[in-house]
Amino acid sequence: MEQVFFFYFAFVIAAAAVLVVVVRKPIYSALALLVMFFHVAGLYVTLHAEFLAAVQIIVYAGAILVLYLFVVMLLNLRQDDRYHRQWPTAAAVGMTLAIEAVILTVMKGWTAPVVATGTETTVGGISNTGAIGDVLYSTYLFPFEVASLILLVAMIGAIVLAKKDVGEREA
Amino acid sequence: MTELSLRLAVSFAQILAEMSIVMITVATMTYFERKVLGWMQDRMGPMEVGPYGLLQPVADGIKLFFKEDIVPAGANKAMFALAPMLTMVVSMIGFAVIPFGPNMTWDIFGMRIKPFVVADINIGILYILAIASIGAYGIILGGWASNSKYSLLGGLRAAAQVISYELNVGLAIVGVLLLAGTLSLVEITEAQSGGFWHWFIWGGRPDGFFPIHTQIFAFVVFIISAVAETNRIPFDLPEAESELVAGFFTEYSGMRFAFFVSAEYANMTLVSCVAAALFLGGWNAPYPGTILEYAGLEQLAWVEHIVWFAAKVYFFLFLFIWIRATLPRLRYDQLMRFGWKVMLPIALANIIITSITLYFFPRV
Repeated sequence: MEQVFFFYFAFVIAAAAVLVVVVRKPIYSALALLVMFFHVAGLYVTLHAEFLAAVQIIVYAGAILVLYLFVVMLLNLRQDDRYHRQWPTAAAVGMTLAIEAVILTVMKGWTAPVVATGTETTVGGISNTGAIGDVLYSTYLFPFEVASLILLVAMIGAIVLAKKDVGEREA
Repeated sequence: MTELSLRLAVSFAQILAEMSIVMITVATMTYFERKVLGWMQDRMGPMEVGPYGLLQPVADGIKLFFKEDIVPAGANKAMFALAPMLTMVVSMIGFAVIPFGPNMTWDIFGMRIKPFVVADINIGILYILAIASIGAYGIILGGWASNSKYSLLGGLRAAAQVISYELNVGLAIVGVLLLAGTLSLVEITEAQSGGFWHWFIWGGRPDGFFPIHTQIFAFVVFIISAVAETNRIPFDLPEAESELVAGFFTEYSGMRFAFFVSAEYANMTLVSCVAAALFLGGWNAPYPGTILEYAGLEQLAWVEHIVWFAAKVYFFLFLFIWIRATLPRLRYDQLMRFGWKVMLPIALANIIITSITLYFFPRV
């Protein structure tokens, strides 16, 4: 049963991800991305990471993608200036990923399957959300704070950029 | 496999019951809103169809069902059809985690089911937030696909508004989550049992201490943001009649229009349910226990619980209509400034104060 769900989610994620870059209209790309986010969240649920699934939808589908849609609708991109000569970069990245995929599939045959470590048993007693909180504020406190700082910098940067012309007008 | 199919059948029955209740509430609300607005404006409201106009929702339903379905020229047909469906589905599935009645279990065919909540998942309130954030898509897509300037402007306004106010909704409930220590709506409601002062709007501690953990500021922020999120007056900028005809659903007619309107009422009902469960103790009566229990009818105590829950939800629904009858529409920049510069700081301050008081005066 779990296998069925996993392969369903995996297949739809892959298909939707391809659609995002293949489809010609930007709005369909955004919607394909939405479908993909949902299925990634579904994958989290099959891993019993419900908190992560909910946050995935709230943050990515609920906030970030809405902003994408905003931009897509307001800009009304014309057909001709969509591809800014992305071919060389795309080819380089694509080649790297393809080689990596081949290597990984070949390597998979050699290594033993990964055995689940002790993390699952320690989580058992408390809820999924509580476990994330515990780990985030103890083991991973430093990366967490660094991420917060980076977000703060981005926030201040956005305010500075947005406020620029207001200041000039007043000056 | 039979157990799985039985479980599915029970779940479907629950979903069907819940859907019916929500749809009946929506139909009632369309009547109730016109009637209450009428009374507040010193007129009769609907009177023609049935006694006191009681059959008006049925008449409206039949009318909308038989109306011609118009798709405007130049509209994106697929998206135009998808938008109302998305809005409707999203507004309905949020009810899955709402506990309508006490957290009890019934044994049916050797299975343990919770009759008053379809899915008691441990991230209940996050699920509601996630669903609410998806609600914006229906509106944006509907506005964009209509190929009309008014619709597009309405859709864009809706997107900006929903994102801004969703933040406040999310932050307002953090205080409640701190008090309850759980994300499950069932457990949050259970943590408020024991009478009026134990509801999280007052936040009285179980030992009857002075209500130092009061969430009344969060409650006010939540209610105002909920009005904004459901696109109701005075925050109905996405469908402002005097500026945008009807905003994002200007071009919609017939059943698609009905979908948008029912979704709005269903969303109102949903936020009312959430507000009742988070701040007003959900199914808990304002006195400890239940009267039926004292009268020796423990078996029927759930009836009283459900009545209290319904009373609270309908209080909020009435509040929505009351606000609509009272307040004029805000200007768009006022709306944004209010959301970001007034509501957001209050919500953040509430989190800080609740955390500090909770640290010095823990609840257990």
